[in-house]
Amino acid sequence: MRRRVSRFVDGRPWLHLGALLTGPVAWIVVLYFGSLIALFVTSFYRLNDDATAIAEQFGTSNYHELLTATVYRDIAFRTIGVAALVTIIDVCLAVPIAFFIAKIAKPRARTALITAVLVPLWGSYLVKAFAWRAILGSPGGVLEKTFGHSPGYGLGALVVVLAYLWLPFMIVPIYAGLDRVPDSLLEASNDLGAGFWLTLRSVVVPMLFPAIIAGSVFTFSLSMGDYIAVALVGGPSQMIGSVVYANFASNLPFAAAFATVPVLVMVLYLLGIRRTGALENL
Amino acid sequence: MRAPRIALACGTAIALLLSACGSSSSGSSGGKALTAIGAGEGALKIIAWAGYAENGSTDPKTDWVTKFQNDTGCKVDVKIGNTSDEMFQLMQTGEYDGVSASGDASVRLIDAGLVAPVNTSLIKNYADISSFLKDQPYNSSDGKNYGIPHGWGANYLMYNSDVVKPAPDSWGVVFDKASPYKGKVTAYDAPIYIADAALYLKSAKPELGIKDPYSLTQAQFDAAVSLLKDQRGVIGEYWSNYAVSQGAFTQGSIVLGTTWQVIYNLAVADNPKLTTVLPKEGATGWSDTWMVAAKAKHPNCMYKWMDYITSPEAQAQVAYYFGEAPANPKACGLITDSTHCDVFKATDNAFAKGISFWATPRKKCLDGSGDNCVPFSEWIKAWTAIKG
Repeated sequence: MRRRVSRFVDGRPWLHLGALLTGPVAWIVVLYFGSLIALFVTSFYRLNDDATAIAEQFGTSNYHELLTATVYRDIAFRTIGVAALVTIIDVCLAVPIAFFIAKIAKPRARTALITAVLVPLWGSYLVKAFAWRAILGSPGGVLEKTFGHSPGYGLGALVVVLAYLWLPFMIVPIYAGLDRVPDSLLEASNDLGAGFWLTLRSVVVPMLFPAIIAGSVFTFSLSMGDYIAVALVGGPSQMIGSVVYANFASNLPFAAAFATVPVLVMVLYLLGIRRTGALENL
Repeated sequence: MRAPRIALACGTAIALLLSACGSSSSGSSGGKALTAIGAGEGALKIIAWAGYAENGSTDPKTDWVTKFQNDTGCKVDVKIGNTSDEMFQLMQTGEYDGVSASGDASVRLIDAGLVAPVNTSLIKNYADISSFLKDQPYNSSDGKNYGIPHGWGANYLMYNSDVVKPAPDSWGVVFDKASPYKGKVTAYDAPIYIADAALYLKSAKPELGIKDPYSLTQAQFDAAVSLLKDQRGVIGEYWSNYAVSQGAFTQGSIVLGTTWQVIYNLAVADNPKLTTVLPKEGATGWSDTWMVAAKAKHPNCMYKWMDYITSPEAQAQVAYYFGEAPANPKACGLITDSTHCDVFKATDNAFAKGISFWATPRKKCLDGSGDNCVPFSEWIKAWTAIKG
């Protein structure tokens, strides 16, 4: 039996590949694309007036509402702004840290340091978010007790917390990217008289560009969709995720419509990245 | 490259199929009432407000679910709903046997066919329940009864007496644009809170002519929304999770705002400076009903639960812990605090009538004043606009 099957498969390499790929491709097509398309289709339905059920009316009223009421524009831009700020902060923090771990730390310390970077990922998101809630609380928060002042909850606190949460996702690709920066280049730069920061700016970062882009996709998309951290430390602010979460229970088609906004933003972001050629070098 | 295009085509086909299936399932039949309570099915999945079905996990001394499980063999799995909208959405999944629905969810559940009529003659404690809770618009429809009353209460104003001086007696303190407590005020994070603004305007701006805060004309609704947009400037946090609100009041990051008695009961243990008051304009509130899901998998256990939770012993425990008026006045004699029922006016029909219980606003005005009231779908949209 086995010999028959292996003879059949032998002359047909496409069968090998096909059998191997069916699972993952089915996963992507059905669960990923399928769910995105189902979301998109749902966004064209409407809630009936009394909000008891989804009316069987197909139409673009949700998108009309999104485009005419200014509050959704404000929320979308606010979310993009927060995501961009979080990405920039994480890049500024991750490059020196990853550089230190990859190039300056001793090999034994390197393992310990990279583990230290990854360990927070094992902790639950909620635990970390609540911890920050306790740190930033005013009055009575840890910051206030130690330094006498705390920014309290709000967009600033949200940016800090999101930057903290996604930092490992930025450090790891940059650390991997630094492997491709040969030490000889750094020595050459040093020989030519460049200090640490000049080397970092003009030699390392340009070579790290694809890795930084890879990390930024994580931080940007995760921030775009966040609704838990904003509920815990964002004060009364709303992000796209909060609106989707709030409407999920009461007005599902509208939540679906608003949820297409981050998808659109990420598609545009990735297309923009493709033009810079960063994806080629990944 | 043919493969991605084929994949996309397959995906589209599958998704359209799925969504077509999904859309045909709305408008279910509503189920049937039981004719007799049979043997327990051994399990029960219910959606409840925090504090309604305590099994000792919040506080080991607060537990009335374990006795029910031991008596009936129905193992209870409680899902806490933070808002009526959340409870409505959870019921739509069809995974639960029952829910403790407030008036702003119960009518929607009946209209959407998600709950079954209840045979109240099977619940032996039903006869003892306060008559003013029976056959109300929020728990009955078309002459059929859809649930068993659990208890009722008002949404109070809680404040930190160390910070908020003088002691407030009006909801105006939370709606004050120029509030000295800016950044430390809270409000309930659900569209139904617009009714609280309308209730305040009923007294504060009588020229608007607001009678029922759930039956608002467009002009009255716009006034309430405008008041709430002003309030947004002084809000520190909106709350929907009772534990988070409790923590905020205890810590002192919030000093003033609407609350449930159970949050006060839990928070005052850690911060004795907290106080509650029922302001002079009155209050919104909730009258909760245990309802059975139309497609309940464990209807016998659900009926047994409804009978248990309305028994004087269970009612005494939950009413005391949560801080509400029990539906069954026989519980009053059993409550640790003998003044509980007086404080919560459990048998005071007139007081109960004075509370604006949560109800779902409809186009056809709930108070019968016309056909042009603002429906709940608009309340939902307005709430997002209010929070900015």
